[in-house]
Amino acid sequence: MYIIVVGGSRVGYYLSRALLAEGHEVLVIEKNAAICETISDELGSVCIRGDGCEAAILAEAGTERADMLIAVTGEDEDNLIACQVAKHKFNVPRTIARIGDPKNETIFKKLGIDVTISSTNIIMENIETEVPTHPLTHLLTIRDKGLEIVELKILPDSTAIGKTVKDLPLPPGTILSLIISEEGKPVIPKGNTALQAGDQIIAVTTPEEEAALREALRSA
Amino acid sequence: MCLKMPPAVLYYTINTLPKLGNMKVVIMGCGRVGGRLAGLLDADGHAVTILDTDASSFRRLPPEFKGTALVGNGLDEESLKKAGIEEADAFMALTQGDNRNLMASQIAKHIFNVPRVICRIYDPLRQELYQTLGLETFSPTTIFAQMLKEKLES
Repeated sequence: MYIIVVGGSRVGYYLSRALLAEGHEVLVIEKNAAICETISDELGSVCIRGDGCEAAILAEAGTERADMLIAVTGEDEDNLIACQVAKHKFNVPRTIARIGDPKNETIFKKLGIDVTISSTNIIMENIETEVPTHPLTHLLTIRDKGLEIVELKILPDSTAIGKTVKDLPLPPGTILSLIISEEGKPVIPKGNTALQAGDQIIAVTTPEEEAALREALRSA
Repeated sequence: MCLKMPPAVLYYTINTLPKLGNMKVVIMGCGRVGGRLAGLLDADGHAVTILDTDASSFRRLPPEFKGTALVGNGLDEESLKKAGIEEADAFMALTQGDNRNLMASQIAKHIFNVPRVICRIYDPLRQELYQTLGLETFSPTTIFAQMLKEKLES
C-alpha cells in the first residue's frame, strides 16, 4: 500500500518505521526541516518538507494514488484538515487522524473522518489497568456499534456481594458476560449466579451506562 | 415634527435611537480584524460575543464596546456554548490559523447548525476546496492581491 504520514515527530517516526518494515510504500510530510533531515538520514528518502494540510504539497506527494493518509501531528485541527483535504480533494479511500483531546472524537466522526485514535484515551486506559483498586477498566471499544467491553472487580466491601445477577440494578443495555472467580475459574453468569468478593467481571456496556454499571457493583 | 426641535436635541435624538441591527453574532479571534469587526457590529446594535484564548487581545476592542468578550477556545464545544453559539445567527472564524478557523467553522455549521458561518482562510487552495465543500470562506490573500493589481492598473 502507499501510505502518507502527516507529521514526523515521535509518533510519525515510529509509525513510518513500522509501516516500512511491513513492506509498505511510505511518505512522511513534515514541516520542520531538522526533523525531516533526521527521518531521511535514518529511514531513507521517505520525507518531504512541507505543510501536510496544503493541497499543493499533497499533490507533490502523489496523494491521488495513496491508499491511506494518517495524520499524526500534535495539533488536532491540523490532523482534521489534512484528512479532509486528502479525502475531498484527492479521494484517498481511508483517512486516520490522531487526536489529543478526547472530546474531539465525536466531532471528527461527524465531520467525516474514517478513524480517530485518541492518544489520551489509550494512555488513560493503560494506566487504569495498572491501578489495582480502579473499579472499571476499558478492555475494548466496538466503535461502530457504540459498545465497549469493560472489566470490573468486586472489592471486599462491595454491596453486590451475595447478590444474584438478576437482583443487581443493571442498566438495560449492559450484559455481564463472564465472571472469573478469585481461584481463576471462569463462569458464564446466569440469573441466579451470586457474586463473591474478588470476582472479576467482564461486561458489555455503553459509554453512557458505564456509570450506572459501576454504581450497581460499587463498594459500600 | 422633528424639524421643529432645536438642532442639539435633534442630534441627540438621532444618536440615541436604537440602531437597526438585531443579529446574534459570535466572533472567534480578537485580532485586528476581529476586534474592529466586533466594534462595528456592536455599534450597529447587533449582539456580539467575541472569543479569544488570550485575554490581552481584548485591548483591541473599542472602549464603547457593549458586547461580551469571553476568554475561551473556539474549538471547544463548551466554550462555544458559553458564547451562545446555540442561539447565534452568525459565526465568524478570524484567528491566525487556517486550520483552527476551518475546524471551528465546521463545528458551528455542522454541529450547532448556525445559519451563517463565515471563515477566513489565508491559503487560497484550501479556501477554494472548502468553498466547494459548502463552507462560506474568503481568502484575504486572494482579495488583496486582486485589489492591489487593479489599483496599479487603473
